[in-house]
Amino acid sequence: MTVHERKWDFNGTHRVPYWVYTDAEIYAREMKDVFARSWNYVGLEAEIPNPGDFKRTHAGETSVIVVRGKEGEINVLKNQCAHRGLEVCRQDYGTARVFQCPYHQWTYRLDGDLSGVPFMKGVDGHGGMPDDFDRKDHGLKKLKVATRHGAMFATEAEDIEPLETYLGDKMLKLFDRVFNGKPLRILGVSRQRIPANWKLMFENIKDPYHASLLHVFLVTFGLFRADNPSRTEMDSTGRHSALISRRSTNLAPNAATQQMASFHEKLELHDKRLLDIVKEFPDPATVVMQTIWPNLIVQQQANTLATRQIVPAGPDAFDLNWTFFGYADDDDAMQARRLRHANLMGPAGFVSLDDSEVMELAQRGIHVDTERAAVVEMGGRGTEDHDHIVTETAIRAFYGYYREVMGL
Amino acid sequence: MMLEIQALYTRYADLIDEGPLSQWPALFVEDATYKIVTRENLARGWQLALMSCDSRGAIEDRVYAIENLSMTIPRRYRHLISGFSAAPQGDAWNVAANFAVFETIEGQPTTSFAAGRYKDVVVREGGALKFKEKISICDAASIKNSLVFPL
Repeated sequence: MTVHERKWDFNGTHRVPYWVYTDAEIYAREMKDVFARSWNYVGLEAEIPNPGDFKRTHAGETSVIVVRGKEGEINVLKNQCAHRGLEVCRQDYGTARVFQCPYHQWTYRLDGDLSGVPFMKGVDGHGGMPDDFDRKDHGLKKLKVATRHGAMFATEAEDIEPLETYLGDKMLKLFDRVFNGKPLRILGVSRQRIPANWKLMFENIKDPYHASLLHVFLVTFGLFRADNPSRTEMDSTGRHSALISRRSTNLAPNAATQQMASFHEKLELHDKRLLDIVKEFPDPATVVMQTIWPNLIVQQQANTLATRQIVPAGPDAFDLNWTFFGYADDDDAMQARRLRHANLMGPAGFVSLDDSEVMELAQRGIHVDTERAAVVEMGGRGTEDHDHIVTETAIRAFYGYYREVMGL
Repeated sequence: MMLEIQALYTRYADLIDEGPLSQWPALFVEDATYKIVTRENLARGWQLALMSCDSRGAIEDRVYAIENLSMTIPRRYRHLISGFSAAPQGDAWNVAANFAVFETIEGQPTTSFAAGRYKDVVVREGGALKFKEKISICDAASIKNSLVFPL
């Protein structure tokens, strides 16, 4: 079935057809209409602190080199030799003076300009490139770059709005809550290949309804409960969102926990340092999970801070790259705390492990019958902000924007 | 001595692969460290671990969560451990070995899940060998979906 035959047979987005998670043509369109036209998160500046430092990552499916140039500027280059298309960069991290393709040794500067072509003028009068061959026309393709308080974004879209406008006032304020301009310190990266459609990752973070049920760990220790004071907010387009919540101090069972099949009332940790949370932000929120279209999740839960970068890998899989960080002025105790709290997250996280498992089950289940549709009606059928978490409003808002962009 | 060390590792693998996992923390001393890290983070000097336990209590918490709190698709791990080396250091032994872990998710064929190297410190406590420090270093930076059990 081709895309033009695909019809979203519902008004609104309280139903999401399962084929958006499985259809190869929809996926191909997403690469062009979603990822290539958006600001893609590509990492933190602290990962590449010095001139020549680079990381290899992806914007959408596109392999890119993110490299700090001689003057300290950030360049994002397509990892594709202008000659025969080889991946020029073969390491995830490193430091380079130039990038050289191994095949014919075409050599590129840190800003992507082609600086050397062996035998360009021929050898002993033989061969060589045509006289009108100009190195200026054959650099690594450069992406447009934006940075905000240490976070790096890139896009292939020339005509895109500035990053700050793209985020919008409300989301920018929340983004700046964690990325407040203080220098960052990288604590490490985790990577996992999740066998599910990339959108399910976004929906997972935009869905606080599940968090108070699936995540027994969170609920048991009061980190996230349906009765915690909470908000669900979107930007004006609906593409970005944030879940903001405050930890319960009263952990007694009540109406919210009664409906949880597996609430553990009496649980005590042997090592209480796992949750020795220190207040570090001026507002009362203890968890803020922000999703930024199309590939970034900013996580603050307890004292664990991380970005999660989504790299789509076909309709049925994506890579999730976590970068855990703190601030450069954290003392040793705070750094140790952040590293311990990191146990909550990542491929083995006390919390996020549940999510990677249910995403695998979702993708498997969706394939049973892709003509059916998900029911997304918790908290109504609208897409407005809510001052609670018993809602799927942020998923509906996300698909409102998605339908617009994809013409579905 | 090497035979006794290898017996500790056999027991370690058996308790994860065959169970009961609840007896696995008893292989560690009270102030033990258990970590699963990746070669990538080590190479960059980054301290992040996939699992990080700073005490036997934290190891017990991890086991409790695996058995009671996490929602996981049923699966089994199978450890192969080989290539031991052990060097005495004071009252302890620095032990290194290679590990390979296969994963079998219910209803699916077995796949290779992780390979890497142990860098451990083993001590004698009450007549038995125990882990003072166990660091599982994964060769791959990426995990195939979820890391459920210890490696």
